[in-house]
Amino acid sequence: MKYWRRPLDLDKVCLPRAEVRIIEERCKGCNYCVTYCPRNVLVTGEKFNSKGYYPPHVKNQDECASCGLCQMICPEFAIYHIVQRPEVAEQSV
Amino acid sequence: MIDEQVLDGLHPMDKLLRADRIPHIWCPGCGIGTVVYSFLSALIKSGLDLDKVAVVSGIGCTGRAAGYINLDSFHTTHGRALPFATGLKLGNPELKVVVFSGDGDLISIGGNHFIHAARRNMDIAVICVNNFTYGMTGGQLGPTTPIRAKTTTSPYGNTEHPFNLPYLAAASGAVYVARWTSLDARRTERAIGEALAKKGFSFVEVIAPCPTLYGNMNKMKTGLDQMRFYEENSVIRHGAEPKDVDITLNGQIIVGKFVDIEKPTYLDLRDNIGSIV
Amino acid sequence: MSEKSPLSGVFFMTGDTACAEGAISAGCRFFAGYPITPATEIAERMAERMPQISGTYVQMEDEIASMNAVLGASWAGVKAMTATSGPGFSLMMENLGLGIMTETPCVLVNVQRGGPSTGLPTLVAQADMMQARWGSHGAYEIIALSPNSPQELFFLTIRAFNLSEKYRTPVLIMTDEVVGHMTERVVIPPHKNIARYARRKPQVPPGEFLPYKGSDDLVPPMANAGDGYRIHMTGLTHDERGYPDTTAEAQGRLIRRLIDKIQTNKDDIIEVEEDQLDDADVAICSYGISARVALLPIEQARQEGIKVGLLRLITVWPFPEEHVRRVAKNVKAIVVPELNNGQIALEVERCVAGAARVIPVPHMGGDIHQPQDILDAIHRGAK
Repeated sequence: MKYWRRPLDLDKVCLPRAEVRIIEERCKGCNYCVTYCPRNVLVTGEKFNSKGYYPPHVKNQDECASCGLCQMICPEFAIYHIVQRPEVAEQSV
Repeated sequence: MIDEQVLDGLHPMDKLLRADRIPHIWCPGCGIGTVVYSFLSALIKSGLDLDKVAVVSGIGCTGRAAGYINLDSFHTTHGRALPFATGLKLGNPELKVVVFSGDGDLISIGGNHFIHAARRNMDIAVICVNNFTYGMTGGQLGPTTPIRAKTTTSPYGNTEHPFNLPYLAAASGAVYVARWTSLDARRTERAIGEALAKKGFSFVEVIAPCPTLYGNMNKMKTGLDQMRFYEENSVIRHGAEPKDVDITLNGQIIVGKFVDIEKPTYLDLRDNIGSIV
Repeated sequence: MSEKSPLSGVFFMTGDTACAEGAISAGCRFFAGYPITPATEIAERMAERMPQISGTYVQMEDEIASMNAVLGASWAGVKAMTATSGPGFSLMMENLGLGIMTETPCVLVNVQRGGPSTGLPTLVAQADMMQARWGSHGAYEIIALSPNSPQELFFLTIRAFNLSEKYRTPVLIMTDEVVGHMTERVVIPPHKNIARYARRKPQVPPGEFLPYKGSDDLVPPMANAGDGYRIHMTGLTHDERGYPDTTAEAQGRLIRRLIDKIQTNKDDIIEVEEDQLDDADVAICSYGISARVALLPIEQARQEGIKVGLLRLITVWPFPEEHVRRVAKNVKAIVVPELNNGQIALEVERCVAGAARVIPVPHMGGDIHQPQDILDAIHRGAK
């Protein structure tokens, strides 16, 4: 993440990170996760599942800030995130 | 800090779902699944003993929720979730009883039960998914269908006044009344959490897309169309007068927490007579 | 709350009151109801008594709600009952079906009055007997009991609870306005002498329990809400797990078992009273108050030299087919007095299948039969 100035407490702040996982066979292609992810981590996939729906594809894993909205908004219980060890923000300035 | 629950490849909510029944029957873009997630998430955060939580549903698309939730769960008859839940609660007051059903089920065929359960201030949390139509039977006119909205039984546009559910709940005696849309998944979760913690009759209405039927017949062909409509037209107004939160076909959807009051519950009042029996 | 034990001793009480006390003696601790003549006194008695014994009386908004509340309470682990009459009985039919489909023990009392519609709110009839059998949609078996006195109403209420728990099904008590409002001597035995059937609970841990798998007698054990079994109950056709399975195969399996669990246990469920049938040329087959009215014409006919006996159906459903067939072999005619246009008479005809003449004695209700009408039918049967 880029900052317009260096925050004074940057060395104390940890950026939450998460790995996004998709249970493709549960997806029905509503695209809510793709549309409402605030960090544009997801795009609509190009491969369809056995029911003919296009599950999302994780394009920008590193952008995920572990907000959990995709997991909450998915009506199909088809996407979730695994919270990773937080990394110190300093590294990503 | 990896959540151990998910290391086996399961969705973190699978432990509260009858996962062998997922994928569920709801259409692509249907909002009910999201509301189920918000409910389960609120349950986990509530700290309640989940073996003492019972979910009761009526009939209809939302009525199928009970069948997917891995708690004591009861899929009753059309409109009758609340009286069944009343018996369950009074039979064993230790149970936390949640009614999870749709607008047609709770408010039309079950409307009388709804106002009376609220009047008694029965200790039940009611989650009502409002999609403005009867989904399971193919998209007919319901008690919440906005004026001019098209359904299969109002092909020229609805000419009946709909119920304003928060107003109905508040007027009937509910002690907690909130409305959100399924887009507000996190706020819905918080509202359900508050409703679960509240003693007495609490009511959370969640507006949710029905792209297959209601949306399709009213120029919002996908779930996303309806979600975008919520995004653009819902207005948070905590403490709004319930009478002012009518929903119209293309107008604003006022959301927020409208009622949060204290009042003796049915069991409080009943147990008070103990000394004179 | 103060603890007042169930009553015991000798009392002078109405049938409705005896019914309420029978329920209490059976262990009923939940009553949901809606006022309706002539069953209101049961609700009133329960409203007074339930708080005394840490039970629940709740007055619901209608009979639909009452029936549902009873089902809910039963799943909470409490013995539960409701009581009503004609119009309310009609409203309860939908969720009587839910109780049958979900195998929910409970007791529903119908203090019958004249119908259709509002009919005769304060006056007697027995015209809901076929509704009791067939009133809810779908194919099923039901248990219905019919008492002829307040004392018997007391005991049959206990029996109804025991049968409902044993066979996991709603049980109907098809009494009538005359028995309900009749005041008579009722003996209530000491509480410890009353047999109460305890609900069969699962013997396996939650992960292994199949809530809709019938055991040897085809009846599944029952886990209550809150027991940790996280059961699912649905009015949809379901499999042994309780999950919806809306296929012809699942329907065949489930409905077959629901019917068979009553049919194969008929000998345990059916109770009749047989009186003076050994030498009878004519039999009276009746139930409830009409069977009691028939006692006088039977006595009169015997004095005239006509050998008449009585087959009194205490269990009306499942129908005591074997008893009726056995009687039919030895008599010329079976006279069936009942307060309707001939409902049980049709069942008797079906079972008799021509082996004896069946003479209905219909009376539309409003009052009980004139004994002379029954005597006349006996005369016709004896010819």
